[in-house]
Amino acid sequence: MNLRDDGPAITVTGLRKSFGEHAVLDGITFAVEPGTVFALLGPNGSGKTTTVSILSTLLAPDAGDVLIAGRDVVREPDAIRATIGLTGQFSAVDDLLTGRENLALMADLQHLPRGGARRRVDELLERFELSDAAARTAATYSGGMRRRLDLAMTLVGTPTVLFLDEPTTGLDPRSRRTMWDSITALVAKGVTVLLTTQNLEEADRLADQVAILDAGRLVAQGTPEELKRRVPGGHIDLEFADAAAHAAAASVLHVSARQDDTLALQVPTDAHAATLRRVLSELDDAHIDVANLSLHTPDLDDVFLALTGQPATNEAAMARERTS
Amino acid sequence: MMTFAVRDSATMLRRNLRHLQRYPSLALFPILMPVVFLLLFVYVFGGTLGNGLAGGGGRHAYANFITPGVLIFTVAGAVQITAISVAKDMTEGIIARFKTMRIWRPSVLAGHVLGSLILVFVSLLVVSGLALLIGFRSPASPLQWLAATGLLALLALALIWLAVAFGLVAKSVETASNLPIFLILLPFLGSGFVPVDSMPAGLRWFASHQPFTPVTDTLRRLLQDQPTGTAAPTAIAWCLAITGLAYLWARHLYNRQPKH
Repeated sequence: MNLRDDGPAITVTGLRKSFGEHAVLDGITFAVEPGTVFALLGPNGSGKTTTVSILSTLLAPDAGDVLIAGRDVVREPDAIRATIGLTGQFSAVDDLLTGRENLALMADLQHLPRGGARRRVDELLERFELSDAAARTAATYSGGMRRRLDLAMTLVGTPTVLFLDEPTTGLDPRSRRTMWDSITALVAKGVTVLLTTQNLEEADRLADQVAILDAGRLVAQGTPEELKRRVPGGHIDLEFADAAAHAAAASVLHVSARQDDTLALQVPTDAHAATLRRVLSELDDAHIDVANLSLHTPDLDDVFLALTGQPATNEAAMARERTS
Repeated sequence: MMTFAVRDSATMLRRNLRHLQRYPSLALFPILMPVVFLLLFVYVFGGTLGNGLAGGGGRHAYANFITPGVLIFTVAGAVQITAISVAKDMTEGIIARFKTMRIWRPSVLAGHVLGSLILVFVSLLVVSGLALLIGFRSPASPLQWLAATGLLALLALALIWLAVAFGLVAKSVETASNLPIFLILLPFLGSGFVPVDSMPAGLRWFASHQPFTPVTDTLRRLLQDQPTGTAAPTAIAWCLAITGLAYLWARHLYNRQPKH
């Protein structure tokens, strides 16, 4: 709509925000290219929601610049609001209205012409599989349906930049997959998505670029692949029934680590089937039996742990909140 | 953005009316309470209280005396619903959605104010109808009725904006529903139900100086075709002052930044 042809869809430079003494965002900088997904990954309290609030004009930054489609969020909030859509962490549907009425309310507030509004509402009800529930109040909806309605409401105005704050938190695996498919479909149409998540699989699956936010600072940025390359690579774990087999295997294979007490070996791998097949045939040729085999590939969890020194779990984050 | 002011306010008003329709017990409450009080005071206490009025006159005289008080009480009771609705909106995620949309920002509050005004006047109609049924008679001219309606509208606006501010300042819906309770008590601590001169000295002083008394007195004199005297300008000044201050307070609360 208002996207300027050249340049990123979102540019954030040196963004700072404090609440009292507490610096929630301590100078973060990133850019999001149009039509891509950018994931902000971080534990609770790392500043994800604050970032989304500033980018969506809810909150004024203390310092730094934020441009959306080339426009400044502080100077031109109304231009930004015409471009963006926000689906927050907390459900933003009207419980006392039906699914259809919720969407019609958005159509009215987006100032769509009456006929166009009806078509748009019907289309969204269908796309998000809510047609059957359209006449029921949102209070009767399941968690997954509420999220779908929530996202559908955000899409009534056809935003070109979408902010999704923890879009799948609290959803069952099936609803999560449906949400992922919806997001992928939007991006295919050229929508730029900035999403926050604590779920590493989500970031890995959806995001073109991932930034890891820890205590108000971006500690790493890159594609999921680039980030995974920054941590020790994948390997095959092998265990053997006796010391003889263990020693024999160690002489045959290219081993990266050897534990004599547990009769275990580690062989580095790039997670290709061919590598695994080669290792197994080498063992086979030497007539060595393997008691146990497991494959470990690095995931964003390893990246997160390596970069922030803590796992990306709620519990860890909560423990940290209490001490800060 | 002003171009959307009327359109967005109308949209928000429709939303609030739909809420009342979905949740009718909320709309019934402000009608039921004054109805019960009117019946209770006229039929249970009315005979005795009426004889205590200057000039006596029993139950019939008391019905004429109390009706303006109950109308004022109706307005004060109805705005409790305003505070609850506003607080409920603010505790939910939908307000963040509204604030990130390109709409006329105050339309959210305008919708609540207009919706509450409608609710207040529906309640006033029902209560006036009942008052006429149980013996209230007014010699007022159409012009005096019009003035009475205008006065009630002014009072309603003042109390509605105050209730909007209460709804915004409250941290929860429960707090919001408690804050306006003193508004329901004030008509009793004024000239709403008994003449102020029948009260003990300290209370009489408070009753004579609190805003509900000049409003009640003005309404009563208009409906009984008596000269309104200084009560009318005092009543209007109070209503305008409360509206202005409450509006500024509500605007400040609505535009403040979230704390996290």
